[in-house]
Amino acid sequence: VHTTDFPGNYPGYDDAWDQRRFEGVFRVDIIREEEGALEFDMVGIDAAIANAFRRILLAEVPTMAVEKVFVYNNTSIVQDEILAHRLGLIPIRADPRLFEYRNQGDEEGTEIDTLQFQLKIKCSRNPQAAKESSDPNELYFNHKVYSKHMTWVPLGNQTDLFPDADFRPVHDDILIALLRPGQEIDVLMHCVKGIGKDHAKFSPVATASYRLLPDITLLQPIEDEAAEMLQKCFSPGVIEIQNIKGKKVARVANARLDTFSREVFRHEGLKNLVRLARVRNHYIFSVESTGILPPDVLVSEAIKILMGKCQRFLNELDSVPME
Amino acid sequence: VQADGTDGNCVTFVLHDEDHTLGNSLRYMVMKNPDVEFCGYCITHPSESKINFRIQTRGALPAVEPFRKGLNDLMSVCQHVLNTFEVRVFLKSS
Repeated sequence: VHTTDFPGNYPGYDDAWDQRRFEGVFRVDIIREEEGALEFDMVGIDAAIANAFRRILLAEVPTMAVEKVFVYNNTSIVQDEILAHRLGLIPIRADPRLFEYRNQGDEEGTEIDTLQFQLKIKCSRNPQAAKESSDPNELYFNHKVYSKHMTWVPLGNQTDLFPDADFRPVHDDILIALLRPGQEIDVLMHCVKGIGKDHAKFSPVATASYRLLPDITLLQPIEDEAAEMLQKCFSPGVIEIQNIKGKKVARVANARLDTFSREVFRHEGLKNLVRLARVRNHYIFSVESTGILPPDVLVSEAIKILMGKCQRFLNELDSVPME
Repeated sequence: VQADGTDGNCVTFVLHDEDHTLGNSLRYMVMKNPDVEFCGYCITHPSESKINFRIQTRGALPAVEPFRKGLNDLMSVCQHVLNTFEVRVFLKSS
């Protein structure tokens, strides 16, 4: 639904853009901040801009991911291209702001735009295993290839540029392939900087979404059994029942917790007594990061990218003469 | 960026490498300008990444002006959002 508060739409209302009025109304509240997830509110902003932030978080914040895989030896069951695909999807803990994009057509890769990783592992039989054991953990060495086996190989002067950096996959326990004795994998990987629009492996968020704050109004006072039924219709915690003068009266306690299942409308008696709506400009964002960058950094980067886009067009407007 | 149109008042900008992300938010900012009579954008074909952004002004104002003002307003919105957000993160962490 598009916003309709444009100047001229409603006579008598002055809806023209006013930066001061926006700054007076706008606020951000951080609700919950965990390891890799952030939940925050933006109040006073419009859908178009909130959606722009969400789209940028998903598709245009750059990260580093494995792009080229040089396979020297792969005698495992997993095919080369499947292995390369799996390696590309592994999130790499490397701050993408320290690197540049690779130029088009540049095959080799320089120090400033490429990270090199090596995965070299060979499975062998364990001579000390018991005769009748059938547990692969006992029988074989190295039969599970995890992401912790990927090692960083510094290119050129990267050891000087990043003296105390430790580039490795975010999670050590991602299973890449399974091996049996005699099979080995020997690959060299190049990581480059890219954006989610190009390939989903470059997306820095597990997911980024927003919802609007629900607005539940009781059109009439609801009492006794109807109040009990009403409380069951909504998610727990939304409606609370108070004892006023001996009667149980329902009251909306916390509309934020509601998941909007619209169960109320299935009951004939309660259908007309409740109005379900959404607060138009109160957005509850939920950003979960894959671990490469913390979620608050991701949101800041997304806002900066939107500013960068505007700046790009402003510069073009000024430099190119308009006919 | 390419521009063409009949006279200075109604101009269609062709923005390359853009999609709904910038298109919708810029359209919103330009529509808030009381001098603009018509503003809209469309994606010419989903396989190509470019948008047609059209602005028509009432009166004799050249159409480039609301475009520039819209971009500047969007920049200032982003700047304010960024500042507010970073202040909040800082307050929460300390």
